[in-house]
Amino acid sequence: MTNVDLARVEFAFVTVNHFFFVPVTIGLAFLTALLQTAWHRSGRDDYLRLTRFFGILLVINVAIGVVTGLVQEFQFGMNWGAYSRLVGNVFGAPLAMEGLAAFFLESTFLGLWLFGWDKLPKRIHLLTIWAVSLGSVLSGAFIMAANSWMQHPVGYTMVNGKPQLNDIWALFTNPVFVWGYAKVLFAALVTGCMVMLAVSAWQLRHGGDREVFTRSARLALILLVPAILFTLLVGDELGVVEGKYQPMKIAAAEGQWTTCQPCSFSLFQIGGGNNDQTPTQIIEIPHLLSLLATNHWNGQVVGMTPLNNQYNQQYGPGYYVPNVFIQYWGMRVMAYLGMVVLVIGVWGLWLLRRKTLATSRVFLWVAVWGAVLPFLMNTAGWFLTESGRQPWIVQGIMLTKNGISPTLSTTWLWISLIAFILLYGTLATVDLLLMLRYSREQLPPPRSEADADAPVPAVRY
Amino acid sequence: MSSLIPFWYIVIAVLWTGFFILEGFDFGVGMLHGIVGRDEAGRRAAINTIGPLWDGNEVWLIVAGAGMFAAFPGWYATMFSAYNLALVLLLAALIVRGVAFEYRGKRDAARWRRTWDVLLTAGSVLAPLLIGVALAGLLHGLPVNSAQDYTGTFWDLFQPYALWTGVTLVLVCALHGATFLCLKTTGEMRERSWRVARRLAPLTAAFVIGFIIWTHVTAGTTFFLNVIELLAILAVLTAAWLVYDHHEGFAFAATTVTIASCIIAIFADLYPNVMVSSTNPAYNLTVHNTASGAYSLKVMTVVVIIFLPLVLAYQTWTYYVFRRRVSRQEFQPARGPTTPETTTRLPTMEPDGKRRPHR
Repeated sequence: MTNVDLARVEFAFVTVNHFFFVPVTIGLAFLTALLQTAWHRSGRDDYLRLTRFFGILLVINVAIGVVTGLVQEFQFGMNWGAYSRLVGNVFGAPLAMEGLAAFFLESTFLGLWLFGWDKLPKRIHLLTIWAVSLGSVLSGAFIMAANSWMQHPVGYTMVNGKPQLNDIWALFTNPVFVWGYAKVLFAALVTGCMVMLAVSAWQLRHGGDREVFTRSARLALILLVPAILFTLLVGDELGVVEGKYQPMKIAAAEGQWTTCQPCSFSLFQIGGGNNDQTPTQIIEIPHLLSLLATNHWNGQVVGMTPLNNQYNQQYGPGYYVPNVFIQYWGMRVMAYLGMVVLVIGVWGLWLLRRKTLATSRVFLWVAVWGAVLPFLMNTAGWFLTESGRQPWIVQGIMLTKNGISPTLSTTWLWISLIAFILLYGTLATVDLLLMLRYSREQLPPPRSEADADAPVPAVRY
Repeated sequence: MSSLIPFWYIVIAVLWTGFFILEGFDFGVGMLHGIVGRDEAGRRAAINTIGPLWDGNEVWLIVAGAGMFAAFPGWYATMFSAYNLALVLLLAALIVRGVAFEYRGKRDAARWRRTWDVLLTAGSVLAPLLIGVALAGLLHGLPVNSAQDYTGTFWDLFQPYALWTGVTLVLVCALHGATFLCLKTTGEMRERSWRVARRLAPLTAAFVIGFIIWTHVTAGTTFFLNVIELLAILAVLTAAWLVYDHHEGFAFAATTVTIASCIIAIFADLYPNVMVSSTNPAYNLTVHNTASGAYSLKVMTVVVIIFLPLVLAYQTWTYYVFRRRVSRQEFQPARGPTTPETTTRLPTMEPDGKRRPHR
């Protein structure tokens, strides 16, 4: 493997791992805040017990989210020095804003929420969990603005061959950002709901408090169905936006080598990758790709071969086609699993309506294992987005192979890659074990009537 | 030259200083929690003095790094690439430390907790050591070529001056942690914190004075020490005296000034360079040849002026909310099993793995 390959594997590895924790944090912080608000409003003890129960799961996740986030912040400089030097002027700003405006908020208020149960007035304490949720949502906004700039650079001029920021608002009105960020938020909500649903389902299957966990399952399901629908719809619109600014990404997601009009969408195909451009087996739906990529029944999708020729004219000789296999299947894994999640959600709502959710063992089993789906979807989605930008690190401005720190030795890269794999492997195992353990924990016992007005004890290490 | 360039250099120095003032005692508590705590209840009490605070404190490091990226991308790129492996170690130390807080109490087994205690202590020593080595390297010079790329090896980072700085910061953090524990614990633990502080004080003072003189010589500008350097020496001597004289609040204030002036001394002596090249002084990275464009700096200035006071306000409030001392008695096993959730009890497992309801 070359240095660039190693650095890319390392970045992909730490980022994919980091993004296991991020959507859980964004989703669960919001859901926990909702539960606590419900307790605050209704005074029902069930909601307090659920808040405390899911709060512990949230905290376990945030801890790892923060420390793996530190790695993300350092990665750009450690391995991608040339990239940082060239684009730090634009790219650094949203990153620093993320730290100042979002991370401080999230981390400080999580401490206040966790340890402040018996030290803060109830209303202020409720505000702290909303501050945590706001912090997690804001941090997503800044990092997505930075990432979207790599997909579709805006708000800059070139000075001495370096992009110089000249309009900060352009970064936050970038259409790739607007749609990408919306998609990340909905996907995070889907992830949080699926985790909450799975934990509730496990509890219902294993003799947990039926009334209480039906309540949390209901909350998860009611939010899940609109969230996954919006994820799919926003994802579709994001496809159209990217088709406009990164046509190669969309063409590769369909394995479309030649220009077509109208274009059909293939549900499944074998071959058709970078080396054998003619697929051997296809099940097609006519007009669907035209609709997905352009919003028009007879829209035109330019194929990868003509695009590659055009880029050769524009940027000089080179091969500008990303890995078609990753694009094609990243897109499909994401979309198909999204459909499965939608089916689970609708099925659950139907059972809720019939009041048989808690006893439907088949559904509960499916819901427990369904927790894996959002993580696979999210990862597939990021592969689609990031691999689809290749060979660019910043679309049209810098190639990935030129972004690496020039004097980095192969040995260093191997050492750091292996170190991160070992470290994250251990972390992920411990985290998963603890999540499973605490998901199976019993609810905190209900508080007696006499305690109802007493302060809730704080959580401590 | 934009006047925002020196301003941003000051902001970066402030962020690093803030990080060390706050996370400094977190590191110290991490190093000392076993010595001051002694038994499980004591160790938990020690950890809970920083429980609600450490996560917010660590963000100062993230923001210091991100601030360098935004304001001085050239500095960020060269420094982080040069320190690549050292940063991997630092990240490992910080990660292990961070999850140790969260995880050590999540299982009620002595061996599980002992493992996390060892990792917490090791991570808390390693982190300030490595950051000290890294900051010192900026001043004493590293092999950097004309293209601002690092050309040295991993071992080039560990110059004697850098190691001395690392050890100094470890000691200062330990003393800072000890005076913090004096303020935040009760009874026997408070006494033990005093004893630890008294034992650390003379050694720390010696190292700080050595560090300041060595820093002054390395920077090699004038014969006389500058104000900050004098302040550091004065502060550490005051801290040592106050520790012996049992002045709780003032001792902590003095260690705060010590740690702050040590960090500021490095940044003050470094300016206008940000990274000295040992290959050729002409290749030095300076605030001017690494800075972002004027527009980026202007945007970031607005952001920092709005948000930094806000952050300071709510972090100060956090310290006010958790101002109470933590006592060992709160964690005595008699009060119930040592689960993190005081209201949660561990499920009782039947041999067949089925749970039975709580009695």
